[in-house]
Amino acid sequence: MVAALYAALAIYDHYIFSTALSKLVYLLLKIMPILTVVFVAMSLLNLFFRPSKVNNLLGRDSGLKGWIITLAGGMLSAGPIYLWYSLLQDLREKGMRDSLIVAFLYARAIKIPLIPVMVYYFGWTFTVMLCLYLAIVSVLSGLVVERLEMKG
Amino acid sequence: MMDIRMVKSSLKNTTRSFLQTIPLLLGVLSLVSLILVVVPSSLYKVIFTGNAFIDPFIGAALGSIATGNPITSYIIGGELMDQGVGPLAVVAFIVAWVTVGLTSFPFEAIIFGKRFAAIRNGISFLFAVAIAILMHLTLGLI
Repeated sequence: MVAALYAALAIYDHYIFSTALSKLVYLLLKIMPILTVVFVAMSLLNLFFRPSKVNNLLGRDSGLKGWIITLAGGMLSAGPIYLWYSLLQDLREKGMRDSLIVAFLYARAIKIPLIPVMVYYFGWTFTVMLCLYLAIVSVLSGLVVERLEMKG
Repeated sequence: MMDIRMVKSSLKNTTRSFLQTIPLLLGVLSLVSLILVVVPSSLYKVIFTGNAFIDPFIGAALGSIATGNPITSYIIGGELMDQGVGPLAVVAFIVAWVTVGLTSFPFEAIIFGKRFAAIRNGISFLFAVAIAILMHLTLGLI
């Protein structure tokens, strides 16, 4: 469908078509480093983490340890959200619980390298409070989503 | 003890997973590129009403469809506040930008299932508004 949209733009508005295409190439080149990191991470995961180990660290009975690992992972992850889907799906197949997947995706809102930018625009109090709420809500949203999924 | 066969097997499995997701990834990136070109950032300033109840939902809705580096959301958020848009709307906008993904929803639905993707994005949207309200109440007390 997206290809059809681009084809239509190529005919009717070449300026938007060529600008969007340039932007696409730019974005592709920009994400190559992080894609490489994800590829390496997935390979290491497949090599060292058998399903039983993933289940122990991030499965149903992983407890506080699982939440800490997940939140730290989310905060440290970089790049667009969709780059991490493959890795998370791999982990899910190996036993990672859905609440931790949701928490990981939500914890990505805490961008540690971008904190100075947030402080510049909104101040320290705002930044600290927001990061705190985001960490709490990461856990909450994970629990809520998992519960709602089970009800279906 | 690790041997070369295990390494090869791991690389083969990872490559297979990656090759399956590349078409989806290209689709999402193409859509993102188009949105970045077609939607001017000045549009955001025109949309907010000034109503403290409605604006957080508008902020979260805009953040849900907006896309790009989160640093852009901080810059736009800062500009919006300078233009008089309330902090409730700006916080909802910033949070939804990262946590809700309408552009990547089809990809997420294929990978994790439609139900998971719909519930996760819906809950994230509501929590974006909830965090905005909590921030407003907390910062008001400090």
